[in-house]
Amino acid sequence: MAPLLEPSTGFKFDNVKRNQQLVHKGHSLPHATKTGTTIVGLIFSDGIVLGADTRATAGSIVADKNCEKIHFLAPNMYCCGAGTAADTEFTTNMVSSQLALHSLNTGRESRVATAMTMLKQYLFRYQGHIGAYLVLGGYDVTGPHLYTIHAHGSTDKLPYVTMGSGSLAAMSVFESRWRAGLSREEGIEMVKDAIEAGIFNDLGSGSNVDVCVITSGNVEYLRNYARPNERVAKEQAYKFAPGTTEFVVPKPATQHSEEEGTAMDVSA
Amino acid sequence: MDPIEIRVPHTVQRPQATTNHGPIAHSLQPIVTGTSVVAFKYKDGIMMAADCLGSYGSMAMFRDERRLLSVGDSTLVGMSGDISDYQHMKHTLENIMTQEYDMDDGQGLGTKSIYKCMSKIMYNRRCKFDPLLNTYVVAGVDGGDKFLGYVDLLGTTYESPTIATGYGLHMAQPILRKRVEGREDEITEEEAVAILDDCMRVLYYRDARSFNRLIRGKVTAQGVEITEPYSLDTNWSFAESIVGYGA
Repeated sequence: MAPLLEPSTGFKFDNVKRNQQLVHKGHSLPHATKTGTTIVGLIFSDGIVLGADTRATAGSIVADKNCEKIHFLAPNMYCCGAGTAADTEFTTNMVSSQLALHSLNTGRESRVATAMTMLKQYLFRYQGHIGAYLVLGGYDVTGPHLYTIHAHGSTDKLPYVTMGSGSLAAMSVFESRWRAGLSREEGIEMVKDAIEAGIFNDLGSGSNVDVCVITSGNVEYLRNYARPNERVAKEQAYKFAPGTTEFVVPKPATQHSEEEGTAMDVSA
Repeated sequence: MDPIEIRVPHTVQRPQATTNHGPIAHSLQPIVTGTSVVAFKYKDGIMMAADCLGSYGSMAMFRDERRLLSVGDSTLVGMSGDISDYQHMKHTLENIMTQEYDMDDGQGLGTKSIYKCMSKIMYNRRCKFDPLLNTYVVAGVDGGDKFLGYVDLLGTTYESPTIATGYGLHMAQPILRKRVEGREDEITEEEAVAILDDCMRVLYYRDARSFNRLIRGKVTAQGVEITEPYSLDTNWSFAESIVGYGA
């Protein structure tokens, strides 16, 4: 009988018990950097507008004040990521590579449904342990498409979506204002307002608003489209005038005369 | 040798050595509950809304539950949380108002007094580890000043031009902060009703324990008025374009 082999893919949970014992003894496990986050997407008359805030948190500390949460997947497709920052970064990179290879293989522009299927099948395999919560949007030959993908592998296809800790604040903006056939300016304005609702009402989201507009054959990545949290100029000059600190000029050290001390004994 | 019998007066309580029930633990889970209350200051006073649902867990059990209460003739109180604890508070407030009436000293209890009274009751219960599992929104026009305050099961209190409880905290408060804050004295009654309806509509869409039957209360210098239940128009046309959940 062949020996039972460990699976070559997937997570190993051997250390779970050990980790629990360590926590019990008083060690604290390291915090994963999470994105906190407000991410949104909506469909307007000519395509997709994606939006994201730019704050990354590690526990209750802001780890990155201006991170990029809108990830490139393909020339016609971008993906916003919420949840564990490392997971969203690596997952989207991986699927981006896969899509490039697939596109070369088929000789066609990638389709949004392809990216969605690759992402959901990957995440489902890891049963939610890869904490990636994504808003995927793109424009392919079949038109504009907008999906949400949850860490456990479920997807939703909708005309307007929000994810992350600020999703409720952002959704309140969409639910009161979204309608079919928005113009480009209205779409961008609505996305900016939704992200700002997240920035100002959710502690996990903050800093600036990134926007990405995807239309047929064209993408506009508007990094830091709005900066509602600029640091104000300092009110006073805080340089000290020369001469503020008194110091005493030290006396030069006295030279010791050379006869003092015995020479070292170097006889063998 | 026989153990010495110590005699103490029978009124002294002696610890029960044989049966130890452990610390007394009161229930900390609400049974029949009401969801969000949304309120904000506008030009003439304060407007408040809540839906007419008493949920029994995930069941929409009581569909004509009134969670807005008029206390005296100048205060409007909105409640979210456990209904039975709300009824207890309601009876307590009615007793207090009756005692005040009996005193017949030419003074009534204004909004700020009622707010103070409720916050002390709530904090006291919290200190005894037996909270009233509610969040209250207290509104009134007290001596010409518009007053809007919040008290919860922990006894936390604060005042603000816009207040929302429950899910409203996450979904209605961002809308209120954008549209009301800074403009309280400019908003007319029509605009106030529109803002409130927008908030309640969003909550009906996204709160799974809400109901499309709500009451609206307003309190002005003239007193308290609570409307009859009404329903909001909803728009589901976006659903026509949705097919499936994936490819």
